[in-house]
Amino acid sequence: METLEQIKSRLEAAIPGLGLEIQCNGAVPGQASLVVPPARAIEAARFLRDDPRLALDYCSNVSGVDWLDRVVEEHARVTRVIDGRERVFDECRERRVPGYLEAVYHLYSMRLKHGPVILRQRTVNRVDQARVTSLTPVWRSAEFQEREAYDLFGIVFEGHPDLRRILMWDEFRDYPMRKDYVEPDDYEYEPTPHDDLKEKARRHYPIEADA
Amino acid sequence: MNRRIPEDVLIEALSTGDLVPESPSHAAVLPRPEGAPRTASEAKPHPIALGDSEGTLLEVAVGPHHPSTHGVFRMDVVLDGERVVRLKPVFGYLHRNHEKLGEGGAYLAAMPYTDRLDYFCSLTNNWAYALAVERLAGIEVPERAEHIRVITAELTRVLNHACLIGFLLQELGSMGTPIMYAFREREKILELIEALTGSRMMCNYMRFGGCRCDLPSGWIEACRDVVEALPRFLDEFENLLSTNEILMARTQGIGVLSAEQAVQAGMTGPMLRASGVNYDLRKVDRYGVYDRFEFGVPLGAHGDVYDRYMIRMLEMRESVRILQQALRAVPAGPIINPKARLRGFKPPAGEVYGRIEAPKGELGFYLISDGSANPYRYRIRPPSFINLTILEDMCRGATLQDTVAILGAVDIVMGEVDR
Amino acid sequence: MNLGKGILKGLVETARNFVGSYYDPARLVTIQYPDERRALPEKARSFPMLVYDGEDPEKGLRCVACKICEKECPPQCIYIVLDRDEKGRPLRRPKIFDLDISVCMSCQICVEVCPFDAIKMNTEFELSTADRFGSLLLHKMDLARPASYYLGLHPVEAGEVNARLAAGPGHAETKAKPAAGPAPAAGTTSGAKPGDSDRP
Repeated sequence: METLEQIKSRLEAAIPGLGLEIQCNGAVPGQASLVVPPARAIEAARFLRDDPRLALDYCSNVSGVDWLDRVVEEHARVTRVIDGRERVFDECRERRVPGYLEAVYHLYSMRLKHGPVILRQRTVNRVDQARVTSLTPVWRSAEFQEREAYDLFGIVFEGHPDLRRILMWDEFRDYPMRKDYVEPDDYEYEPTPHDDLKEKARRHYPIEADA
Repeated sequence: MNRRIPEDVLIEALSTGDLVPESPSHAAVLPRPEGAPRTASEAKPHPIALGDSEGTLLEVAVGPHHPSTHGVFRMDVVLDGERVVRLKPVFGYLHRNHEKLGEGGAYLAAMPYTDRLDYFCSLTNNWAYALAVERLAGIEVPERAEHIRVITAELTRVLNHACLIGFLLQELGSMGTPIMYAFREREKILELIEALTGSRMMCNYMRFGGCRCDLPSGWIEACRDVVEALPRFLDEFENLLSTNEILMARTQGIGVLSAEQAVQAGMTGPMLRASGVNYDLRKVDRYGVYDRFEFGVPLGAHGDVYDRYMIRMLEMRESVRILQQALRAVPAGPIINPKARLRGFKPPAGEVYGRIEAPKGELGFYLISDGSANPYRYRIRPPSFINLTILEDMCRGATLQDTVAILGAVDIVMGEVDR
Repeated sequence: MNLGKGILKGLVETARNFVGSYYDPARLVTIQYPDERRALPEKARSFPMLVYDGEDPEKGLRCVACKICEKECPPQCIYIVLDRDEKGRPLRRPKIFDLDISVCMSCQICVEVCPFDAIKMNTEFELSTADRFGSLLLHKMDLARPASYYLGLHPVEAGEVNARLAAGPGHAETKAKPAAGPAPAAGTTSGAKPGDSDRP
């Protein structure tokens, strides 16, 4: 199979204006991945599927990932004039990097028996712009898996034929796989030896749990 | 009567079985026999009669508690007369957010939970997870452990396929007999597994870098006895079922799936190979020590329920072949990599997707490590969940009774679908 | 016209099985539980137990309340409180050791991580009870079992453990490698608690 750099350059040649990015991977097999802008994802996916040298006809795995907002510390050298003399200070600034949700696609070729090529689509943020493009029109196997990512992560897949909750019930309001998800406290109270569960139950059922 | 005889499928399948190419560039989709459906439109057995003049559509919820739905699984079916117009699978009744549990604990703590995914095949689930973590951290597995993993995985495959055929026949109305024959053999395999791992179903046997404990004395011999008796059971099972006219009438030409549809929908395992696509991860990925054993990959020619049944029969025979070779080849040596750590295991930051050929299809684990003791992202690619994607297409136009056969042949286990 | 031939073939097979189920050992697999019982294999496991040396379960408990099992237990079913003397110094034994077997999933990870060979798997499985809460929460004394009982349940494994313990403290890290050689009798290690250096 071609290297990811070759795939990237061929993709960018085939689809002008497609800004791709390669994300490296520190694990031992080093499966690097391609970050695709959601607006052009479907074109890139069609190319990957239909290109005779790649023929990635099989989308094995679709997975949501949640990356929280994080604070990055930036160290900078600043020159300031104090008492008429220039002095160099080390300054530490904190910058807030907004989090995002990610849909990761693992693509293989059943015809040529190679893979994986990993595609990633990223949302703008985790709150009101959690949208990516659905690749179900290209690979049918993404249908249930994208529904699952929508259900558990709240990633909205535009162009999905049937985007509903799949594992949680329809009335459920939160996205349980997000890292900042707070478990509800309405467990049935059982006298386990664990204080936190007991405490939770006590908050929810104040009278019964104390009795 | 123009029924296919099973020998016809069998010979065709075995003759194409070893065709996995050495060079990966070889096109593997086999030429289809004359008259076999090729495209999606041809594959549909009946035209859909929507909006008939007197046709009022009937909505029926099959399940969640229905004897034919393999657990708590529901199909919302829209019927026109007896024909299925629309079918939406509904599940999640058994959802316990396994992935969140996996992210909350250490890497090792997720291992016993994988037993509970597809609770028929806990050993292959263990292997898939161990394989993913081993690749993430770059842990080598000793030879002896690799052989034991192959043996346990193939025992699991026999057990799973035998039971699935039993369940399928049960749902087709053959009450009791086939499933009891299957369970009788399963019992013998479960006793082996219990002697090895201490538990019949929740084995929790594999560890990162090997297996938890060594084979008890006399286990290889006991296993060989069971394996040598399996062909007799398979002959018996085939005598009972393969040429049965009722079974043929109920399953041939039902739920036909073309190779293109199957690939497009991400089908894996016996379901995919019944449609004639030569894709078996034991051959493609060559994980473990599978490349040392000689075995075929049975392929179907028609992609219907009967082929799915037959593929499983043939795969059991191939598993017996692997088992016979593996039992002879188990080397002496350590059972676990001495460098592997049980506690305080922290793989380097990075991500990995590891997959194996589980009895139901491709079971994959996608792990993202941030360098800490628990995985940042722990994702399972459950084969039976994804094999359900195209259930509606298979059932559309079929009668309601046929949907039972089609669903039965998909081989789902709700512990894995719902996670 | 071969209609019915396959069905007849199947019926011959069922008849053979029916007759065979009276004499063929391969077809005689049913065990009439509870009147008849199958011997459990050496590695069988149900729920954990605490092993003690000597006669007194209170004094001989091998557990030193290091809480490793509590931390590593995947479903978090163990709860340990360290015992202290009147001056507040730790006594290296558990004051409370609770194990909720309605939560425990018999995964054996507590056994694998224990550096003191204090927690082992029991094989008792007839534990059903009408009281869902109280009777399924096992306390220290419900869990305590003598070392001889452990040797009876898992002779091979217990033999290795006893050999390792007899070799004295400081050998806890050899646990991963099965110890060779003959197993000494149980109870020879009573009171032998590994030293502080063993603590990870």
